[in-house]
Amino acid sequence: MSTLSVKHLLGIKNLQKEDIDLIFKTADNFKEVINRPIRKVPSLRDITIANLFFENSTRTRLSFELAEKRLSADTLNFSAASSSVKKGETLIDTVNNILAMKVDMIVMRHPDAGASTFLANHVDVPIVNAGDGTHEHPTQALLDAYSIREKYGDVNGKKVVIIGDILHSRVALSNIFCLKMLGAEVKVCGPSTLMPKYIESLGVGYEPYLMTALEWCDVANMLRIQLERQDTKFFPSLKEYSMMYGLNKKRLDSLSKQITVMHPGPINRGVEITSDVADSKQAIILDQVENGVAIRMAVLYLLANSIKK
Amino acid sequence: MSKPKSILDKQQIQIIINRLCQQLVENHDDFSNTILIGLQPRGVQLCQRIKAYLKSINSKFELKIGSLDITFYRDDFRRREDPLIASSTSLDVSLEGKKVVVIDDVLYTGRSVRASLDALLDYGRPLSIELLVLIDRRLSRHVPIQPDYVGCTIDVVADERVSVEWGDNERVILKSE
Repeated sequence: MSTLSVKHLLGIKNLQKEDIDLIFKTADNFKEVINRPIRKVPSLRDITIANLFFENSTRTRLSFELAEKRLSADTLNFSAASSSVKKGETLIDTVNNILAMKVDMIVMRHPDAGASTFLANHVDVPIVNAGDGTHEHPTQALLDAYSIREKYGDVNGKKVVIIGDILHSRVALSNIFCLKMLGAEVKVCGPSTLMPKYIESLGVGYEPYLMTALEWCDVANMLRIQLERQDTKFFPSLKEYSMMYGLNKKRLDSLSKQITVMHPGPINRGVEITSDVADSKQAIILDQVENGVAIRMAVLYLLANSIKK
Repeated sequence: MSKPKSILDKQQIQIIINRLCQQLVENHDDFSNTILIGLQPRGVQLCQRIKAYLKSINSKFELKIGSLDITFYRDDFRRREDPLIASSTSLDVSLEGKKVVVIDDVLYTGRSVRASLDALLDYGRPLSIELLVLIDRRLSRHVPIQPDYVGCTIDVVADERVSVEWGDNERVILKSE
């Protein structure tokens, strides 16, 4: 397979395994590019990409912007907080105005699930979903799986546990789709109140006890508690959550094998993960960030192929 | 499509490689400041063959080789139906101040070589860049690029394709598309 089966990257669910393999293979080449003296290639020099962020972001926005610049694309940055969205403009009007300025591709983060799919149905340019509500965050899942592949050589057969606020996490859902497609075994772990009702229908197991989950896995992906998305109390206190599900050095060292620790960021140090674990050799958190740029370069490069001029 | 016509056989290819190597020796002394770079995908094979023969001429040659992928530097991205899939680049030395020999199997329009010049400059400022090709398809250039070392020059019409096949059944053939 030499081209993606999709025009947009809206979610991992829309992809096929061959698409992911192609993205990884292309990302391997871009990883070489971003580690040499001149970290730039001219591939997208006649492409303009708008980054529309209707929700706060540091890592993802910077990572996309850097990926675009490394590919020599022109970039346009938009954040909802300082825009006409505040004056009541609709999403489609905002986007159509941006497209009228001859933009070729859109990267969008939005607080509502399905926003990028909605947009893809109404405009004609490739859309990359950079996170839509509690639905999907496909590039994060791709870079997580890519980091596991880099560490272990293959994702197939690896045991991955996703720990924390699964209910409000788009990272968890995209990760589950991606890891399952690549042949990994996946479990989720956390308070039962933070588990989606039919999570096991996705083919993942639920493990309520942290230590049992850690003993089982090769990789632990620690998620943040998304307080901004929680309108009721799902657990008594952050301190209690941390006591039950926080990963600290003592727990990590008591395991019978060395596991790999991942975190999509931003980290709440002392809540889901302590500083000594986050900064330890077992954590590949900064590798994930580096791989994020290569993965996003690959996604943008492959999607840009459909833009004919 | 008509039957492919053979231009060079295995023995002829080896004779040409031997001659090209002797020409390289004339200009590059002991190769201590030289890097041979094969263009992905098919220039890499030729580069390895040249390295092997140079080694057999003088085992003291300090031969350094690399492979360069030019996919991200091409000027026909999004202008063709089939997308461009990258191969790997392997250049673990700086090109700063080095004499670079770019190696490819067939020189046709010159666009790949032009892209390779862009790509090479991202690895430093070489002292010089030369071009070595096994086959030079004369009179078909789109950009002003000429080789420094030529194995064999041929004239073919535009809808014919020159293909170098490596391996046991090594040969250069001409196919009409």
